[in-house]
Amino acid sequence: MLNTFIGDLGHLSVIVAFVAATVAAYSYFMAARNQPLGETDASWLRIARGSFLLHSVAVVSIISCLFTIIYTHRYEYYYAWSHSSNHLPVYYMISCFWEGQEGSFLLWIFWHVCLGLAIMRFHRKWEAPVMAVFAFVQLFLTSMILGVVVLDMKLGSSPFILLRDFLVDLPVFKMNPNFIPKDGTGLNPLLQNYWMVIHPPTLFLGFALTLVPFAFAIAGLWKGELIKWVKPSLPWALLGGLVLGVGTMMGAYWAYETLNFGGYWNWDPVENAVYIPWLVLVAAIHGMVLWQRSRTALRTSFVLVIASFLLILYATFLTRSGVLGNASVHSFTDLGLSGQLLIYLLAFVVLAISLLVWRWKSIPVSEKELTTYNPELWVFVGATVLCLGAFQVLFTTSIPVYNAFLGFLGIKSNLALPADQIAHYTKIQLWMGVLVAFLTGLAQIMWWQKNDKETLVNSLAVPGIITLLSAALVILLVRYNQLPQMSPAYIVLLTTALFGVLANLGVVFTLLKRRVSLSGGGVAHIGISLMLLGILASAGYSNIISKNVSGMVYSKEFPEDLNRDNVLLWRNESAPMGGYDISYTGQFYDVPGVPGYVNKELLFRTDDEYKALARADIKAEGKVYYKAGDTVEILPENTYYRVDYKEKKSGNTFTLYPRAQVNEEMGGLLASPDIKRFASHDIYSHISSVPDPSKEKDWSEVKEHVLAVGDTIYLNDYFAVFRGVEPAHETAGLGLQKGDLAIQGDFLVYGEKKQYHVHPMFVVRNNQVGRVSDEVEDLGLRLIFINVDPTKQKFTFGVSTTQKDYIILKAMEKPFINLLWSGTLLMALGFGMALVKRRREARVAEVKTPAAPEVKVRRAKPQAA
Amino acid sequence: MKKSHILAIAVIAVAIGIIMSTVGDASVYVSFREARERAADGNLTKVHVVGRLPRDGQKNILGLEYNPTLDPNYFAFTLVDTNRIAQRVIYFNPKPQDFDKSEQVVITGAMRNDVFVADKILLKCPSKYVEKDIKGATASR
Repeated sequence: MLNTFIGDLGHLSVIVAFVAATVAAYSYFMAARNQPLGETDASWLRIARGSFLLHSVAVVSIISCLFTIIYTHRYEYYYAWSHSSNHLPVYYMISCFWEGQEGSFLLWIFWHVCLGLAIMRFHRKWEAPVMAVFAFVQLFLTSMILGVVVLDMKLGSSPFILLRDFLVDLPVFKMNPNFIPKDGTGLNPLLQNYWMVIHPPTLFLGFALTLVPFAFAIAGLWKGELIKWVKPSLPWALLGGLVLGVGTMMGAYWAYETLNFGGYWNWDPVENAVYIPWLVLVAAIHGMVLWQRSRTALRTSFVLVIASFLLILYATFLTRSGVLGNASVHSFTDLGLSGQLLIYLLAFVVLAISLLVWRWKSIPVSEKELTTYNPELWVFVGATVLCLGAFQVLFTTSIPVYNAFLGFLGIKSNLALPADQIAHYTKIQLWMGVLVAFLTGLAQIMWWQKNDKETLVNSLAVPGIITLLSAALVILLVRYNQLPQMSPAYIVLLTTALFGVLANLGVVFTLLKRRVSLSGGGVAHIGISLMLLGILASAGYSNIISKNVSGMVYSKEFPEDLNRDNVLLWRNESAPMGGYDISYTGQFYDVPGVPGYVNKELLFRTDDEYKALARADIKAEGKVYYKAGDTVEILPENTYYRVDYKEKKSGNTFTLYPRAQVNEEMGGLLASPDIKRFASHDIYSHISSVPDPSKEKDWSEVKEHVLAVGDTIYLNDYFAVFRGVEPAHETAGLGLQKGDLAIQGDFLVYGEKKQYHVHPMFVVRNNQVGRVSDEVEDLGLRLIFINVDPTKQKFTFGVSTTQKDYIILKAMEKPFINLLWSGTLLMALGFGMALVKRRREARVAEVKTPAAPEVKVRRAKPQAA
Repeated sequence: MKKSHILAIAVIAVAIGIIMSTVGDASVYVSFREARERAADGNLTKVHVVGRLPRDGQKNILGLEYNPTLDPNYFAFTLVDTNRIAQRVIYFNPKPQDFDKSEQVVITGAMRNDVFVADKILLKCPSKYVEKDIKGATASR
């Protein structure tokens, strides 16, 4: 049954949310207007609070409606049909929710609601002006999912659109408007990954968190409270830096585990769009800390806090307006929202910049000149470096925007992103890393002591000497291991990053003696320096071990200098690769409930894709999970290709299961790597190609053999024993009925590695003969039971062969990538510690200056009139 | 001169440097004709070319050459650019699996001798756009 109620309810909630946000924005504005901070017009405030609460309820209602539609598989709705399918587990239904643009907007809206409620609760004094900004943002965001037509203009794209209203031209809807598809088109398989369940919410929480300091800064400018906004918003900014940083790295980790470009960062515009505001937000945090400590860099803090939020809006515009076009692999589909997104962006750019210009002269500046011995100077330089790094990424990522803009003016521009993006970005980002690492060490040491020439030299000497010694040691080790020689740039980055680690480590140790809570900055900076070391090692020394060593040179055009980074592996044939002997040993499925993977050869596929019959006992770790003949629930989407590695030097072995998914809709084969993690390096390998699974196999002509029980024959280089004929088992899923006669031949084939039981079947039903062939994929062999001659006790079997199965594999070694991940965790920990400390300070400040806003609100009333 | 002024000048200098480096590294979208002209002039910088794959009446792609058992790292195909100029392209990597489905192909690389050597292939598959058809919809009328 077509259910329009839930969609209508959802759509109504969107409209309510939009209207309530508009009312809330206006009444918060009116409540705060013409009054100093902390005083409000009580009646407007009451309306404003009420409408924001209504907005919150409406948002929760939208989310419940949309999730119900997905959860109950209501494919009459376009959103469910295009993002979900019947067999999707619940946790991935959550990812379906934000696979589409509308759902991800909803996620963002939801986080703003949560943060808004937190501000109403914890920042009473700031509530009215800050929430005016919040509600104004919500007005724009909810308009993106509004889906109404005003004056011939489509406003927003509703997630509650019915399939029949979306695919209007489809003939099936002309015949039957109530047609409902039986299944959805499913979630993009690359997103079926646990990181995709938590990465988007984390990232959007980070997005949302940049709004808090922004709203405080705007409120400060508006109310003329140019100083007080810093303290309450600093903990929020720190939380934003933490969440956005961790969210970005989660995305990087997902890419490393799931995509197959061979790394964690691809300089894709979608990645850059988050990296840029994060850098600026981190710079802003440093500005705010400087203000808190030494009353300097307030203007910088204003500019950077505002810029970080505007850059988030710009990122949204970039990734969702379709302006990236050819430049990005994974931007959202264009929903025709570009105009709306542009208005959203411009509204806040104009608002923020005009407020800033208006108050610029009154923002206090520090009179005293910073000297070389002031740590503040070096923190400031560090923040500047971060901004310059962000500027490079921004300027390059915006190339498609220049094209679009020039095209808008009627000038044709054919500018493209750099062909070698890695080289382009590395050129600047590497030096940014160098300066950041060096300055973190220097400024942290100076931060906690009184500085003059003598003390500075003294305190730099120890970490400096250890740094130089360890850098020299690493360089020697690199040379000793015959790795490619380190370029000067790499040596500088290595040395400064080591200095960053060691200097900060020294600082943290001293601080631990004083007070643990002070060391957040030091811990975060150690994390950053470790991340830089991890990036240097894993990206700079990523080593492809699957160089093609077959010696066959097919192309005569350019025999020299080309990368031949993939090897072909025949099934069950061992081949040398780098320092390993590797072999591809079969295809496997993931069977829920069974640890590890189950060999395809043990499973007999049925008409139901998701069910198979066990051909033999399915065992794992000595325990039998399914008996022969049992029905086994399988996850058929992914095929896991088992690759055994044996290290030549040590004889150690391990097994990887890189997976690939045949997906017609996404076009072909989606491969994901499997990674073997060692303390010092990862072995990363993925499938590059397999024989086209959509093509039928090319079988040789059937060769007949007439055999008696006990005969031995040669089949395609393998010898086989015909051991007898027995009644067929039910295992093959024939659906045998009474009166059917079913027998099977029993062959034992001796392969390279093991023996195979082969059971071709011969079935007689109502005097009709049916033959079920049996295939040994490992050997590229198929047997058919052709005939029985009962009088002579002879049996005829047909044998045909095919090309053996193969995979094409790419494998690489990523040295010390664990430094990157552990550095990320340390950075997050450091952010968290700093957050706790700054929150405590902000609390103390609030207690010290009893604002008692509640009382003032009421007293203020007559003034407002 | 105050330190802040020195810093400001340094920042401006670096920013200009960054802009120059982006301008220098930025690639361009060109046609095959222009790519050939560039190569003839000895300009070996990499360019972007947008094109389509030639297909026969049965929608099969013409001129694909990939034989992994001989060389898994050699894939050759013909691409027709927006000016309808066809060009042989070589890609020294396995054939991307979704290649057959793609409507539009963007390649980066440069002409060498008379073939275009691509080092990156970006495919625009129909699935990346909004789906316009329902599987089995006609069957269940």
